[in-house]
Amino acid sequence: MTATVPRPDTSGSLRRRLWRLAETVTTPVLPGDYLDLVAPLRAGADLRGRILDVRPETPDAATVLIQPGRSWRGHRPGQYVRLGVDVDGVRQWRAYSVTSAPGRRGDPISVTVKAIPDGVVSNHLVRRIRPGTIVQLDQACGDFVLPQPAPPRVLFLTAGSGITPVAGMLRGGALAGTDVVLVHSAPTADDVVFGPELRDLAERGAIRLVERHTTVDGLLDVAELDTLVPDHLERETWACGPVGLLDAVERHWSARDRVDRLHTERFRPTVITAGEGGTVTFTRSSVTVEAAGATPLLDAGENAGVLMPSGCRMGICFGCVLPLRQGAVRDLRNGQLTTALPGDGVRVQTCVSAAAGPCELEI
Amino acid sequence: MTVIQKKADNPIAHLSAEDIETLGKELDAIRERVIADRGERDAAYIRKVISTQRKLEVSSRVVLLFSLFPPAWLVGTAGLAVAKILENMEIGHNVLHGQWDWMRDPKIHSTAWEWDHATPAEQWKQSHNELHHRYTNVVGKDNDLGYGIMRVDEDQPWHPAYLGQPFYNFLNACFFEYGVAAYDLDLGQKLKNGGHKDPVFRAQLRAAGRKIRRQVLKDYLLFPLLSGPSFFHTMAANFTANLIRNLWSHSVIMCGHFPEGVETFSKTSIEGETRGEWYLRQMLGSANISGSRLMHIMTGNLSYQIEHHLFPDLPSNRYQEIAPEVRALFDRYGLRYTTGSLPRQVFSAWKKVFRLALPNRRRPGVSDDRPNGPATGPSAPRTLATVGA
Repeated sequence: MTATVPRPDTSGSLRRRLWRLAETVTTPVLPGDYLDLVAPLRAGADLRGRILDVRPETPDAATVLIQPGRSWRGHRPGQYVRLGVDVDGVRQWRAYSVTSAPGRRGDPISVTVKAIPDGVVSNHLVRRIRPGTIVQLDQACGDFVLPQPAPPRVLFLTAGSGITPVAGMLRGGALAGTDVVLVHSAPTADDVVFGPELRDLAERGAIRLVERHTTVDGLLDVAELDTLVPDHLERETWACGPVGLLDAVERHWSARDRVDRLHTERFRPTVITAGEGGTVTFTRSSVTVEAAGATPLLDAGENAGVLMPSGCRMGICFGCVLPLRQGAVRDLRNGQLTTALPGDGVRVQTCVSAAAGPCELEI
Repeated sequence: MTVIQKKADNPIAHLSAEDIETLGKELDAIRERVIADRGERDAAYIRKVISTQRKLEVSSRVVLLFSLFPPAWLVGTAGLAVAKILENMEIGHNVLHGQWDWMRDPKIHSTAWEWDHATPAEQWKQSHNELHHRYTNVVGKDNDLGYGIMRVDEDQPWHPAYLGQPFYNFLNACFFEYGVAAYDLDLGQKLKNGGHKDPVFRAQLRAAGRKIRRQVLKDYLLFPLLSGPSFFHTMAANFTANLIRNLWSHSVIMCGHFPEGVETFSKTSIEGETRGEWYLRQMLGSANISGSRLMHIMTGNLSYQIEHHLFPDLPSNRYQEIAPEVRALFDRYGLRYTTGSLPRQVFSAWKKVFRLALPNRRRPGVSDDRPNGPATGPSAPRTLATVGA
């Protein structure tokens, strides 16, 4: 990736002034709101991407090729990108590892998605989304990356879709000359995402591949590593997979005092368990209260002395709407649950919503 | 129209308290069904309307750069008027109602939207969503009834100043956006009772001032300047487009609550109001306009005022779909679904403005021996349900 040279100050300020003039002409909206209609991927726009292609990898996984907007700053292999996808008209945000090798500015990127049962976004991406669709993006982030230069001996320990960040690293080219072992676990050979590509790498001697098919071989026991990869503790290790595997891996490496060589990436499933009532935190006011399942968040906040915006108090005026940073709330009118994770940008009507588990409101 | 409880033919006398609650549940069920079905189709609809509106506005403004030529002036002005109407009615009004909040698109959200209107979105949401929609047609609470400058009900005492109300109403129609801004600020009351020193009011006044300045600068200075030799023509075109938009939205809004057949309510009648009674008040306090698909879109689907008042936060494209069901409920519960063509409803509303400019000719239908008595009296703080029971 090339660095952009800052523009000379004069043209920058002239540009800014012209832009401000444009804003007075397009008021009450912004010039960008008009430009978005014709050039949603232009430089300076909110970061978005256009779906170019969706290629099946396994029966329930697919690689989604995305043309990012001009503001995309590139990624390092192993990093993830947050994708905002409209499913049934509702914007949903999820994080996926970038599986493409870093390219030049303007090159497409790819993420590989495994459809999980009842996964709203993953199923939509694997089975329904069409080329041409615009999705929202965030810049790549995450520190599950290779150091530069790459260490001489590396172990990748992955299961299921945990292969995706590692695929990005394998394709990135930084591992040339490195002794790489990949231990990957999946239900069957057909379920191995990028199976043919990985086997090809192994055949060419670029990596040593240990495939584990759990329907035949059973779940991987970390203790087996002693025989599968005898020198695994000497290797710089990157592990990614389900929580159970990662917990076992962390125990194994710390018990042998080698935790400094272990890097893990946890893909938390976005499941927020809903209950009745819960601890409500009003983040900016630094107030935390216990609220019952039948108490509107508005009342809970007001009773705790938070300066809550309010209106009709019956769910019609939208004067009390606040961002739900994370947690679950229940609509008191129909019992409908709304859950949010940081960055989801979910807003709720506090006068008709009650806590359904711990939740954080931004006020 | 007069305060409902005083009418000789009380339109809800035949409903029991249970009837009203059952009615409320049936309406809740309609709402739930739409919410469960709300999705991609609706999102595509509002995005399409927004995109069409923006393209129409840009092209009209470009055409107006050459407004020196009469055909360009005509086409550009017509296009801009339509764009402004769409922006205010089908988009602005409905987005600010939170009808599209469920999409979680931060750009199309009630907390983020600003519209091409003199009043700042924040102030309008408060006076419109919170007061008008909550206190619909409650005399003395819902200032949309006559905007505080007109006599809209036989029960309001007459004063010679009301003789001028057809003229005030016409003036308000021409400069409606500024009328709404003043009304959102509660300007009249604040100036009268010294509330203008209140810091909150002063902050709101400044915000409205800033908004109006930007709006005026855009329409009456910047675009005319960009038009060069067409300066004055573009200025006149923008004025005309704003005038058309004002007259149109004023007419549509008058049709929503003013025509004959629409009921008003006393302050005391809503004490302890149940959900069912609130619904009932919305049903009786609103009137629809019948017409073509295009007419409905141009009114922001406020031609389905009844459906909108029952469910102010459902996506506007759904009102038309649920209207037959809602109407069937009116029939089943023996209630009057007030509707008529645009010319008829506008005429009906204006007729009332003229009629009420004059003192009452006779007290309409009040008989003091009715069991509920005058609802405004201190002895009868009744709810709708107790009146009906």
